[in-house]
Amino acid sequence: MIFLPPRWNIKRGLNGDFVFKGMTVLFAFSILGILLLMTVAMYRQSLPSLAKTGWSFITAKEWDPVEGNFGALPYIHGSLLSSLLSLALATPLSIATALFITEVTNRRLGSMIAALVELLAAIPSVIYGLWGILVMAPWLQRTVEPFLNDHFGSLPFFSGAPYGVSMLAAVLILMIMIVPIITSITKEVLLAVPDSQREAAIALGATRWEMIRMAVLPYGRSGILGAVILGLGRAIGETMAVTMVIGNTPKISWSLLDPGYTMPSVIANEFAEASSDLHAAALMEIGLILLVITLVINIMARLLLWSVTRTAGGKA
Amino acid sequence: MSEVTMDAKITLEQLNVHFGTNHAVKDVTMTMATNSVSAIIGPSGCGKSTVLRSINRMHDLTPSARVSGAILLDGENIYCKECDPVTMRRRVGMVFQKPNPFPAMSIYDNVVAGYKLNGRARRSEMDGIVEQSLQRVSLWDEVKDRLHVNAMQLSGGQQQRLCIARTIAVCPEVILMDEPCSALDPISTLKVEELIDELKEKYTIVIVTHNMQQAARVSDTTAFFYLGELIEMGDTKKIFTNPEKKQTEDYITGRFG
Repeated sequence: MIFLPPRWNIKRGLNGDFVFKGMTVLFAFSILGILLLMTVAMYRQSLPSLAKTGWSFITAKEWDPVEGNFGALPYIHGSLLSSLLSLALATPLSIATALFITEVTNRRLGSMIAALVELLAAIPSVIYGLWGILVMAPWLQRTVEPFLNDHFGSLPFFSGAPYGVSMLAAVLILMIMIVPIITSITKEVLLAVPDSQREAAIALGATRWEMIRMAVLPYGRSGILGAVILGLGRAIGETMAVTMVIGNTPKISWSLLDPGYTMPSVIANEFAEASSDLHAAALMEIGLILLVITLVINIMARLLLWSVTRTAGGKA
Repeated sequence: MSEVTMDAKITLEQLNVHFGTNHAVKDVTMTMATNSVSAIIGPSGCGKSTVLRSINRMHDLTPSARVSGAILLDGENIYCKECDPVTMRRRVGMVFQKPNPFPAMSIYDNVVAGYKLNGRARRSEMDGIVEQSLQRVSLWDEVKDRLHVNAMQLSGGQQQRLCIARTIAVCPEVILMDEPCSALDPISTLKVEELIDELKEKYTIVIVTHNMQQAARVSDTTAFFYLGELIEMGDTKKIFTNPEKKQTEDYITGRFG
């Protein structure tokens, strides 16, 4: 006979734990299921376009629903250009802000600034768009863009007429929108740097800046990279604000003063009035490309962040 | 009796440390001689680490900490207004309780991390410094073939010796050690203790330890702290065989602590 303590003798059956476990498993997997179903549905809906254009869909520059020409390159170009440029501007700004919060100022002012920065993330994107089109775009058109054009007009990036609504406006709006997310994650990453690392640098005779460069940033580098990539995911998927300020012109241009177009914007603008089944399928295919890009970006970011939190929890 | 010459390297004068309302170190006055090993012992929370960390102004990083009194390094107060803590810390190195190499750096880069702060760093010079420092902590033979692998691949004891090498690579005059062996196994502990014995030829060492046998083995003088006060300081042999104060005797014989 094996002796079992009394709690092992509880009769198995439909008790609370079983129901609870079943429900949580069901809900957790339903999220995955929804994602999967969505991808499959988008794939099936975009089949007509996939069959007609194949790979040339992502290399063709012509987008003409009336003639039935669907090339997504201007949108891919616009999306990548606007999000990468905004990322390039937002990253130093965000890292500096996070460093100020965690390393430079005292705890009270730091948490106040952190809360304010995070408040930026709570502003609906249509409000950013509205501000962008009513305030920022006219300002760009009157002052910034003529200045850039006058002084740097010989560069291809600043040539052309100042429209106000432009790639530049989209880049700036996106920058403001992704600073909060990069800052707050970077802040968490920096807070996870153990004090023993800071002390090691300080004890070697490092100044505060040298300590940051030697101990804090290297320790958090993959986490910060994760934060940046998460910001990229946010920028590339942003629809409303960008649609309102980018000018919505499907033309491939390297000039920031020219209007452009992005993948989410064309979907939002044309879906309700898709002129044909092929048009709708082409929009679906753009959506599918966007979904795949953002999924890949997010998975990469999560993996990087996960590797940081794992080492922070396990070793330090 | 010890053969230590009693010229003072470090002198603490009426040192008081507060953390907020907590008075952690009370009116401590003591002297550490040049090229000697001073051990600080006492039960947990007696302020021994706090005393150690005030010798290189580590409390500057803690906003709630307030230090008063004076600490003289070669006769000069390191807490005076003109004293730059950064230059001072290059003269007073520190080894911590847990090995804390920089995890994003190789063994080589860890050793020269402090040296590189001086600005211009010449490759040939650095190679020499790395070899010397690692020789000094007898780690050279164990790692010379893999100087450029990540420092986290070393064992705990090797990491701690790497941290000591990193500290001596900047040629300090004083080395502060905050329970340097508490995270190490007995063999690594023995190695670090042998190292302390060799290092005292060139450096003045102050070591905080929980382990009384260790204090007895490595130090020339021992200071016993209790509840933030210095109870007794003197020649290590005397403290461990014939202490003057009843509290010291009770502690070293294991009656409390």
